[in-house]
Amino acid sequence: MTPTTSAPRKPLLLIQDLHVEVDGKEILKGLSLTVHAGEVHAIMGPNGSGKSTLAHVLAGRPGYTVTKGSVLYHGKDLLAMEPEERARDGVFLAFQYPVELPGVSNTYFLREALNAHRKHKGLGEVDAVDFLDLIKQKARLVGMDDKFLSRGVNEGFSGGEKKRNEILQMAVLEPRLALLDETDSGLDIDALRNVAEGVNKLRSPERAMVVVTHYQRLLDHIVPDRVHVLQGGRIVKSGGKELALELEQSGYEATKA
Amino acid sequence: MATSSEIADLTNQGYKYGFTTDIESDTVPIGLSEATVHLISEKKGEPAWLLEWRLKAYRHWLTMTEPTWANVHYPAIDYQAITYYSAPKKKAAGEGPKSLAEVDPELVKMYEKLGISLKEQERLTGVAVDAVVDSASVATTFKAQLGEMGIIFCSFSEAVREHPDLVKKYLGTVVPATDNFFAALNSAVFSDGSFCFIPKGVRCPLELSTYFRINAAGTGQFERTLIIAEEGSYVSYLEGCTAPMRDENQLHAAVVELVALDDAEIKYSTVQNWYPGDKNGVGGVYNFVTKRGKCAGKRSKISWTQVETGSAITWKYPSCILLGDDSVGEFYSVALANDYQQADTGTKMIHVGKRTRSTIISKGISGGHGQNTYRGQVKIMKGADGARNYSQCDSLLLGDKCGAHTFPVIDVQNPTAIMEHEATTSKVSDDQIFYLRQRGISQAEAVSLIVNGFCKSVFRKLPMEFTVEAQNLLDLKLEGTVG
Repeated sequence: MTPTTSAPRKPLLLIQDLHVEVDGKEILKGLSLTVHAGEVHAIMGPNGSGKSTLAHVLAGRPGYTVTKGSVLYHGKDLLAMEPEERARDGVFLAFQYPVELPGVSNTYFLREALNAHRKHKGLGEVDAVDFLDLIKQKARLVGMDDKFLSRGVNEGFSGGEKKRNEILQMAVLEPRLALLDETDSGLDIDALRNVAEGVNKLRSPERAMVVVTHYQRLLDHIVPDRVHVLQGGRIVKSGGKELALELEQSGYEATKA
Repeated sequence: MATSSEIADLTNQGYKYGFTTDIESDTVPIGLSEATVHLISEKKGEPAWLLEWRLKAYRHWLTMTEPTWANVHYPAIDYQAITYYSAPKKKAAGEGPKSLAEVDPELVKMYEKLGISLKEQERLTGVAVDAVVDSASVATTFKAQLGEMGIIFCSFSEAVREHPDLVKKYLGTVVPATDNFFAALNSAVFSDGSFCFIPKGVRCPLELSTYFRINAAGTGQFERTLIIAEEGSYVSYLEGCTAPMRDENQLHAAVVELVALDDAEIKYSTVQNWYPGDKNGVGGVYNFVTKRGKCAGKRSKISWTQVETGSAITWKYPSCILLGDDSVGEFYSVALANDYQQADTGTKMIHVGKRTRSTIISKGISGGHGQNTYRGQVKIMKGADGARNYSQCDSLLLGDKCGAHTFPVIDVQNPTAIMEHEATTSKVSDDQIFYLRQRGISQAEAVSLIVNGFCKSVFRKLPMEFTVEAQNLLDLKLEGTVG
């Protein structure tokens, strides 16, 4: 008998040669990326390199046209799915600019969202009382004050509160693939640390995270397994967490081909 | 909007309550003349004074012209092509059904289809329902219980028969027969409606409710409601309506009069869902209604809450005349104009007494080719020392072919008045919808959540059982709207 080698793990996310246009302009020009469950990948790059486009196209935002390439999410054609189907199947985008929903209570909104997820999984709806217990527990986990739960979604929240609210939503919805789009932008160092702590508590062997960021500083707190440099719509360099520090030293110019 | 094509793909749900019921109608001949007025009055067995009152209104109406100032457009109405009276046939002339068992089973079936089975209502909900199909009252429930407290809640016809002195004392004291074109028309030909009297010091323990419904083809609806709250009394009155599908336009010209004496409070809530016409704007009800309350007594309060989702055209300004010192008037409104609907609605707050206060919160939603107009007047008379008004008019646009218009008029004749006015116009954004979809919420639910959030401050004012109904109704109306 030959010794058993561990079977190659199936990737959670497999992006191959992805080309994406916005308003007729090509933004992503042949991007490939493989992410396994349990991993945290950082996508770094200068402004306009296509980082946010990648996050949005994976979440299914309208207005992005895929002209070439494929995205497999646990073997399924992700691009063929509606945004809400992707969400219910475990794709979560923490927005760079979370929108305000005046008059829609945070708790009510999140319960609707969770119930949509549960329905997708063939589970019954969670009732209001049970949900209140759940959301309070999750709020404590991400360090959010209960008073934000009854307020309108992001209505009058500060930048830091909005970002933390994104992490709260992630904690409640428990995605398999979390996309964090510039989660550090607009945060002071304390807020950044708080939000990062929340994210770290949500790291798990079943969950993958793709962290899109311009700066190294977020990665001091959310330490990635892999770092990729996105430039001109393609990944031009990949490495371990030390690559982020390298970039911090030498800047993106050095990675230019 | 970028997502409009996707949103337009959502299935539009047709008018849920669009069916007709086969009931023999007792109908007067088409057209309007003094003879028609005589005939209506005679059919109802009315006293001479009421016939005179009707005739006076009719003669005045002849001298009036239809108003054209509203921001609504429709072909001229042929008042001679309307049937002015239609009542479900009864077993014996002049004899109303004594109980539900006597009600035409077809009619009961119709209510069951609408989800408002009287039996269920009577047994389970504790809501007294005075059901009006077409023009005559069909059944009145809970009357005995209310009667023990001295509360009168019955059809208008019955009130004329049983309580003529009360009707005579208050009829036309808030909306005079000559008030406006449509009110005069109603005064001449009104068929039936509801009457409610809460005696001194009594708090009505039930939410009083009436369901209106147009049924006979080509029949105008001329309802008349009169509510009197004596000193220190309280009543909450609910009015809801749905109408079956029609090809031709139907005129609905109702009059509602409210009178609140010292320390009395009347809360009047409406969910209006008349047939709005089809997707292309064909058909639908013309809802030309005069609603007005008089805060006659000191510290009295009248509160109007309306959710207007139906009708091809809505022309409606529930108003308050704040006569008594320290009296309070409130107007909370959600108006939806979708497809080719036109809504011109708002309120008038007339401050006469000292330290009178009024609050206006209006939420207008426009979708499709809908045109939504808020028209309001706040008038502070010379003697209204220390009067206060707060007005808030918000408009939400669900597309780029609809319109929102606001015409607020403020007329202050007393320098001690304090007036506040806020207004906003916003659009449901693609970003909001995508945000919700990214959390697993479908597009239709996303629109519903956003709109319900927008309307929250008004929905909160509705009686509990109406809040859910109003939200469901709005959801139904909004399906496939954003585009």
